[in-house]
Amino acid sequence: MASLGELERAVMDLLWAGHEAATANTLRDLLAQSTAAHGGAAGHEGKDLAVTTVLTVLSRLEKKGLVERERGTRPHRYQAVSSREDHTAELMHEVLGSAPDREAVLARFIGSVTESEAETLRKLLGHS
Amino acid sequence: MFWTSYFLAVLAIVLAWPVPILLSRAHWPARDPFTAMVLWQAIGLAGGLSMIGAMLVYGLEPVGDNLLAGLRALAGMVLFAAPTTALGFWHLFALSAAALLTAHLVFTLLLTYYKIERQRRRHRELLALLASPSDDGPGTVVINHDSPVAYCLPGGARSVTVLSDGLMAALEPAELRAVLIHENAHLTQRHHLLLWAFAAWRQALPWLPTTRLAQEAVNSLIEMLADDVALKTESKVTLIKAIAIVASGSAAPAGAAVVEPAAAPGLAGASLQLPDGAGGAGPASTTASRVSRLLSPRPPLGGGLRAAVLAVCALLLAMPTALLIVPGLLG
Repeated sequence: MASLGELERAVMDLLWAGHEAATANTLRDLLAQSTAAHGGAAGHEGKDLAVTTVLTVLSRLEKKGLVERERGTRPHRYQAVSSREDHTAELMHEVLGSAPDREAVLARFIGSVTESEAETLRKLLGHS
Repeated sequence: MFWTSYFLAVLAIVLAWPVPILLSRAHWPARDPFTAMVLWQAIGLAGGLSMIGAMLVYGLEPVGDNLLAGLRALAGMVLFAAPTTALGFWHLFALSAAALLTAHLVFTLLLTYYKIERQRRRHRELLALLASPSDDGPGTVVINHDSPVAYCLPGGARSVTVLSDGLMAALEPAELRAVLIHENAHLTQRHHLLLWAFAAWRQALPWLPTTRLAQEAVNSLIEMLADDVALKTESKVTLIKAIAIVASGSAAPAGAAVVEPAAAPGLAGASLQLPDGAGGAGPASTTASRVSRLLSPRPPLGGGLRAAVLAVCALLLAMPTALLIVPGLLG
């Protein structure tokens, strides 16, 4: 059985690729297909995957604010809150931005540089 | 016991204001970042200790000849309702201030830890979904982004170093190795603990010059320490090129062309000096001081000088501790 972390990633990949809301059943089938497509030994994992497991994964993702469900329908249909690109941009904004406690959260190879310093460094590299 | 409290107060003031300003302007820390780091920690700890100690000793002066006796007397008043008439208004004021300051420091330290951990957890969660494992070893992941970015996210066994696609495209293998060794040095030398302590210290007492100067100095010193680790295996030119490429790329507006590494000539003839901020309003930026210390290296501190600074550190910590505790043990 794949770990919950791997399943979360697989589910998000499907939701990001699919662009539209999907039920847990649909997602389970898609997951089974993709593991089967990856062949041989991994093939039975998808078959063993229960819908309840997919629902667990979905509710974990919902708690993290990555997935939302459409309340009106039954069974619930799930979709990604924002695109993969938006999440990447959010993450990079956190890294590159100048939030006061960012410096304590993560250590960047290069901190903020002013435009004139960047210019000097470009000259150092032989660019004008 | 009266002169003890004055001495501690003077020590606290000296460590809060003139000493950090002088140290932040000194040039020797770039020659020996490790010793400078120890000195900043000693200044922070001794400063806090003497600040709290001075108020405590002053407040307890009427009820005890030394700190231990005073604290025993105080415990009697608090726990067993002994008469408090010996303490005047200013004594009670000093005692309350000491208690509040201690609680404030401890609370801010914990709160900062909680905030940092929460942000890191969220960041790791997103990375687990967005980044793909890299070939460069366990704990290294690649994220799909055009700017050249490299950073590490500390978290014990789950520490991770993140590289962007833009970085992998802009750097040659040796430069990439230098970046990875640099980031890994942050993790193995536990720099996040220093960053945490000094961030909390500044958060707790933002109006004190020492806290801002100390945090800025520590941010800079850990980068120099990590650079020195990278220099053990990679050449100086490689590291300078990596810094220059990443820095000039990350200041450019989003979407700008990544610096073409093939166009970068050898740096052997480089005589370029970065403005190091001496005499300017602000201190030199970390990146500028890192590059200028690589371009024009100065010999590390001599053994004698280094030992002297470390002895000062030991003295700084020993003095307030001894003043607070020894009289009680002797008497």
